[in-house]
Amino acid sequence: MIKRSAAAALALLTGTVLAGCGSDPAPQGNFRPTPGVECGGEKQLTAEGSSAQANAFAQFTSAFLAQCMENNIDYNPTGSGSGVEQFTAAQVDLGGTDSPLEPDEIGPADQRCGGNPALHLPLVFGPVAIAYNVDGVNDLVLSPQVAAKIFNGSITKWNDPAIAQLNPSTRLPDAEVNVVYRNDDSGTTDNFQKYLSAAAPQEWTQGDGKAFAGGVGEGKAKSHGVSDAVDSTPNSITYVESSFAENSRLGIARLDSGHGPVELNTASTKKAIAGAEVKSDRPNDMVLDMEKLYATKSPGTYPLVMVTYELVCSKGYEPGTAKAMKAFLQVAVGSGQDKLAETGYVPLPEEFRGKVKSVIDSMG
Amino acid sequence: MGSGVFIVALIAAIGFFLLLQAIPSLRVNHANFLFSGIWETGEPDEMAFGILYLLWVTIGTSALALVLAMPVSLGIALFLTQYAPRALARPFAYVVDLLAAVPSIVFGLWGLQVLGPALLPTAEWLNTNFGFLPLFGVGNLGRVNSTGTIFVAGVVLAVMILPIITGVSREIFARTPMDQIEGALALGATKWEVVRTTVLPFGRSGYVSAAMLGLGRALGETVALYMVLSDTPFMPKLSLFDGGATIASKIALDSAEFNNPISSGAYIAAGLVLFALTFVVNAIARWIASGKQVKS
Repeated sequence: MIKRSAAAALALLTGTVLAGCGSDPAPQGNFRPTPGVECGGEKQLTAEGSSAQANAFAQFTSAFLAQCMENNIDYNPTGSGSGVEQFTAAQVDLGGTDSPLEPDEIGPADQRCGGNPALHLPLVFGPVAIAYNVDGVNDLVLSPQVAAKIFNGSITKWNDPAIAQLNPSTRLPDAEVNVVYRNDDSGTTDNFQKYLSAAAPQEWTQGDGKAFAGGVGEGKAKSHGVSDAVDSTPNSITYVESSFAENSRLGIARLDSGHGPVELNTASTKKAIAGAEVKSDRPNDMVLDMEKLYATKSPGTYPLVMVTYELVCSKGYEPGTAKAMKAFLQVAVGSGQDKLAETGYVPLPEEFRGKVKSVIDSMG
Repeated sequence: MGSGVFIVALIAAIGFFLLLQAIPSLRVNHANFLFSGIWETGEPDEMAFGILYLLWVTIGTSALALVLAMPVSLGIALFLTQYAPRALARPFAYVVDLLAAVPSIVFGLWGLQVLGPALLPTAEWLNTNFGFLPLFGVGNLGRVNSTGTIFVAGVVLAVMILPIITGVSREIFARTPMDQIEGALALGATKWEVVRTTVLPFGRSGYVSAAMLGLGRALGETVALYMVLSDTPFMPKLSLFDGGATIASKIALDSAEFNNPISSGAYIAAGLVLFALTFVVNAIARWIASGKQVKS
């Protein structure tokens, strides 16, 4: 036991160290150059915001540095709230946020862009896994309805008929369900609860928000806290970014939204993103209708993904900043997407990428 | 004199700052700050927060740590100063001091991965045999075999404050006047009687101060508890097997998403309580230390 724990501790430590390296902006790996990018302009761009996209942003930065050696961008992952705040206050050139601007935040953001519209660019998608550790269960299928009931405490036993119905060939233990949740405020919790509200509105009436509202379970800090807790607690279940579930070798539930169970993988999440619809009525602004995406029933789609938007000005930057920003965004939507799958994100599907690219190309 | 005034002014300024930042949030608080355990600070116009559960976990973990660490520290300090041969005492003292240099995040990791699982049989034994007492009953986590309980956190804290209490007590015990010890020996006292009649009365107030230093560290410890403790939506049952968060770990948990001054003011108000609590603890310690001092 002790040996295993020590190994796990070491793994955790190494993981932290590696994650630390991940945010190092030094160029890593080879990125093919993105065609049609004009480098130059402001040498040092600044960005701040969501920590969920920190590792993806590091990839963008590496790709940007590989192509535009004179340029650099600095990302400070302090949280979505400060991303919006600092962007609006013109302290940074780009803000990263997990939730789109509120109606009353749009005005000040436009003002920061000299009266030109501020844009949301959905550049980073991360899949969220429903991860479990149940004795003798290697394959688990959940529907959004059953997941909602588990996470709000309506289902308390693993051999509940509702779970058994979805898993006819699995022997489910007669054990209590130990729900593990994030006890720090997080965008993952917010998106997970939004997913449950959209996909299982009758079962999940707890609403959304950054704090878990299910009213059951045991809270642990940060993503590795919850994945660790599930790893060490028999018969437990949680929601966590898929890379953490994979690193801890936890079981990842397949989601059945009505057309059979769908595994979490690049193809099934890409399919979900490809089907995402823009709901913003401002031209070129790309706020996505996540509610619709989450409620999707189309076959082969894994809809439980979270999006991070980059807040940028359509026009109104200093000319040098505008040039460098355009180059950065072009690289981010181009070669910056190449290695995202390795870091636990979903690269943008081709058609979606084209839409984002045309918005970026139109920037002044 | 000058630096003394400066430090007092500095502490007063910290208290003043906390108060200033906390008042706007306390004003819009819909819950009773002192006697409620609810913590909803996400929406600035629907603030409802109370300190009660945080206070229980903070005091529970620290008290357990103190109860466990004080006798062990006393034993180690007495052994090192009175019993151990010099050749053994020095390296031993170094090792104990070394414990104080371990960063608390390492203690947290260790508590989570190694100590927590190892303590589970003890927790279950306590619950089976003394479960009729609420203190050892099943807590709000709904199970005893969790590694995120006050029990596990208290033991981790005990290890963390052990070197502080030991180090300070050792220094004080070593300063027991030689003539007193020799006098006792001349009267035919055994080694233990020497300790009881000279070392302990001489060092008592220092030992209590040492324990309070340790308690100060335990009350404010953040990262280790942040990693170890499990949170829960349920009300604590005043059991050692409750989960929750301490004031400091709660602040650390949510600090990444402080988006507006009203929300963060709630945490500052909690910090203010911790600030006041350490004052009270220190006052009690001084009172104990002065009241029980031997009259020479």
